Amino acid sequence: MKRFKGSGLVLIVLLILAAQAVQAAPVKITYWQYFYQSKVDLMNDLIKQFEAQNPDIKVEQVTFPYESYNQKVATSIPVGEGPDVINLYGGWLPMYVKAGYIQPLPQAQFTDSYMKASYFPFVLDAVNFGGKLYSAPTAVRSLALIWNKKLFKEAGLDPEKPPRTLDELADYARKLSKYDGQGNLIQAGLAMQPNGQGHSWLRDVLFRQFGGAPYDATGRKVAYDSAQGVAALQWYMDRIMKDKVGYPNFLTDDVTAFKAQKAAMTIDGSFRIGTFKALSDLEWGVAELPSNKGVQSNFASFWTHAIVSGVKGKQLDASVKFLKFITSPEAMEQWLARVGELPANPKIAQAHKDDPLTSVFMKGLSYAHSTIFVDEAGQRTLFVDMIDEINLKGTKVADALRQTAAKEQKLIDDFWAK
Amino acid sequence: MMVEKRVGVTLAYVILATLSLVMVFPFFWMLLSSFKDASQIFETRVFPTRPTLDNYRLILLDGHSRFPRWFLNSAVVAVCTTASVLFFDSLLGYTLSKFSFPGKKIIFLLIISTLMIPTEMLVIPWYALSRAMKWGNTYWGVMFPGMISAFGVFLMRQFMSTIPNDLLDAARIDGMGELSIFVKIVMPLVTPALATLAIFNFIGNWNAFLWPLIVASKPRMFTLPVGLANFSGEAGSDWHLIMTGATVAMAPLIALFLVFQKQIVRGIAMTGLKG
Amino acid sequence: MTLAKKRAMTAYLFLAVPLVFFIGVRFGPMLYAMLRSLTDWSLLRKTNQFIGLSNFKAVLGDPVFLKALANTLKYAIVGAPIVIALSLGIALLLNRIARARGFFRLIYILPYITPIVAVSWVWRWMYQTPPLGILNAIFSALGLPAMEFLLSPNQALYSIVAVNIWVELGYCTTVFLAGIQTIPMDCIEAARIDGASSRQILFGIVLPLLMPITLFLMIMQGIQFLRIFTPVYNMSAQAMGGPLDSTKSAALYIYQEAFTKFELGRASAASLVLFAIIMAVTLAQLKLFDKKANGEVES
Repeated sequence: MKRFKGSGLVLIVLLILAAQAVQAAPVKITYWQYFYQSKVDLMNDLIKQFEAQNPDIKVEQVTFPYESYNQKVATSIPVGEGPDVINLYGGWLPMYVKAGYIQPLPQAQFTDSYMKASYFPFVLDAVNFGGKLYSAPTAVRSLALIWNKKLFKEAGLDPEKPPRTLDELADYARKLSKYDGQGNLIQAGLAMQPNGQGHSWLRDVLFRQFGGAPYDATGRKVAYDSAQGVAALQWYMDRIMKDKVGYPNFLTDDVTAFKAQKAAMTIDGSFRIGTFKALSDLEWGVAELPSNKGVQSNFASFWTHAIVSGVKGKQLDASVKFLKFITSPEAMEQWLARVGELPANPKIAQAHKDDPLTSVFMKGLSYAHSTIFVDEAGQRTLFVDMIDEINLKGTKVADALRQTAAKEQKLIDDFWAK
Repeated sequence: MMVEKRVGVTLAYVILATLSLVMVFPFFWMLLSSFKDASQIFETRVFPTRPTLDNYRLILLDGHSRFPRWFLNSAVVAVCTTASVLFFDSLLGYTLSKFSFPGKKIIFLLIISTLMIPTEMLVIPWYALSRAMKWGNTYWGVMFPGMISAFGVFLMRQFMSTIPNDLLDAARIDGMGELSIFVKIVMPLVTPALATLAIFNFIGNWNAFLWPLIVASKPRMFTLPVGLANFSGEAGSDWHLIMTGATVAMAPLIALFLVFQKQIVRGIAMTGLKG
Repeated sequence: MTLAKKRAMTAYLFLAVPLVFFIGVRFGPMLYAMLRSLTDWSLLRKTNQFIGLSNFKAVLGDPVFLKALANTLKYAIVGAPIVIALSLGIALLLNRIARARGFFRLIYILPYITPIVAVSWVWRWMYQTPPLGILNAIFSALGLPAMEFLLSPNQALYSIVAVNIWVELGYCTTVFLAGIQTIPMDCIEAARIDGASSRQILFGIVLPLLMPITLFLMIMQGIQFLRIFTPVYNMSAQAMGGPLDSTKSAALYIYQEAFTKFELGRASAASLVLFAIIMAVTLAQLKLFDKKANGEVES
């Protein structure tokens, strides 16, 4: 008994010593994001700045390839091998929240009034689940038409006048397409890449511009299986099949084709600005997405940061500090300058409204919609396959659209039922 | 008759030469592409107009490039598994050929029968195992399934049976221990077989894809094939870099092949004749 | 302890580590996969319940899996016989020539020893549609129409088969050549003296004697093609086995179920189905060729 007491005392002393040692050592937290060069570089710099301000916190950034990112998350977080702060696509939030990967932002630091003052309303809608806010982004993106000025000149078009309407877009695309002697497309007038941003252009822009809507007001009922939906998809398919101004995977993908100056126009997001800016011999411009009969639409999306479930104590405090830092106005400014994505805080974005590039994306944002995906990869694949079915197998547009709508509805129903 | 034969032989040469062009053309095209920069790669000319080594510099020397690390990973994995396979497979082959003990035949058959189990089925439990043991993203995690090769056991057993028993008995009479007999007498006698096994195993592990793809999720633990497969990403496909990466991944094997071609050819021939 | 017993002990000692390996890393996992195929094992749920044959019902009722199985059989049925026939032909030609035999053989083996991931990307590059792919550039120069190759649901599978044939050709040729060289020359000489024509010698002596090797290669290549994964993963857009699942193999389906959807129980069930198919095809080939080989050699 006495011996037990003695060893108990020693144990307590040891515990106290250990606790002090832990206190003295810097808190180490881990941040995960997918590998996108400009974001990774910027985050490394932000971490340096953060550590200089907070010498008691060390942040390690770990990156994974985009293709395997969700897999890594799904297998690591449930067993406690995940990070403390994680970067995720806004469309994945329902999945992450439902699976319990992330925890609500602590209300003490991220008060409602702070969040309201700091973010675009659509961001707040997208991160709100059951009245709790789960994540905070640094930047938001919208789509725009990006065109190659040199190829415009070659085709006899005014390089400073991009198409304003869908009719003009189709017309320009025809003029900008080139074929070899056998009729093979060798320069795409317009890149048609549904597995890139193409499916979002169709989903959140074209469907609406033809008078329809992708989903009902709740976001849980597919609504594009309609006459307007058929018209929109028909318009999209006509570019590929009738006008032959581009097709999926031409020159591998849309980004490759535009970088190689073999695609004259492409629809892409603000994050691509950083990629294109790096190419010195590329002359390009950015314009708002073409409208249709006066209807404008855009697709807003964002990558966002959240605190992983199970993070508590000192780790949580450090994570909150870090999250505050990487969503601070300074971080937003750097993000805009180096990645090209817009500040998620409308006031900061407003300060850049005179910048020609930024203003285009900001205008897009003002009338943008944002689909809440339940399974972003699955829903994207459905659209890719739908377009392939029509293009490669000759399935009728209306039939393909109906089948896809049924499949997507099932995906959504399954998600919310479970 | 003579003329007919000569025509036949000439025809054989023509066919073989044409076919060998088909066989080497992809390599040739890959190599040419690796000397083109981002803009030349999209031109339809066969030869680079301004050949450049920039791609190699970017892949091998640039601080951002992960290729050197992947190269190292592949080398570590291939060398370690090969060393382990050489030791254990020859030990197994030796034991199964030169010792008699109850259960010998069953054990041999069991080992050989593992060749029939498809990897696709095993990777799922392996994955569960490496999660439970926290082997993910470690060299051991990538290597453990390949530490012993059933095929190598089969090969080494065949070779071991050619060693005269008298030699081993003489060593025993001299008082040598069993392990030192194995290391000092048996191993040197089967060097040619070991060389074949080593090369095959090295190639197999250098090229392995499915398991490393599953177990290594952090880019710094990728092997060369996994890195190469992940090379084309969201920012488009940099074909000039992909072709350079492919060249870099192949180079050590082609060098190895040119040095050890005899052993490789013999090894391949053996697998067919003795299978 | 007798000497025999002592030596048996030594043998068991030598076998200890390897046996642990084979049980722990081969048999154990196999049994584990079999057992777990009967549960709703998933990394996304905490459940782990016995659900009988539900997983088998689910995968066999999944049109994508059935499509993948059909594709897998297509890979094997088209790929294996072509690679065997081609390599046999090449081996016979190589056997006819005296000079440069080693050189040709080296060139044919080259694809076999290089990483399949690397060659898959090289071929994917060559298969691009105009104005990018060199193959289409050659077709165009010859006045032939462009091919869609990997972008067409009708051509993509065969484009991948062609690459796998290109990879395996050197291996099969080398095995055949070694086999041909073991055929006793006096046997052929005797036949020639008896007045047999080259054709008769080929079909009457050489091919029957090569039967065991052909059988071996047929089985090995059959398995190889049934398990095809790496070329499909690397040659289809975003590793999806497309376009429209037209190239998806059973192995890729298993990979996707297990490691992108994390339905490990269902993936185990699918892997058992693939295993059963591989066994069935192998046994069928053994039986078929056994009869043929014996029958022809005896007559």
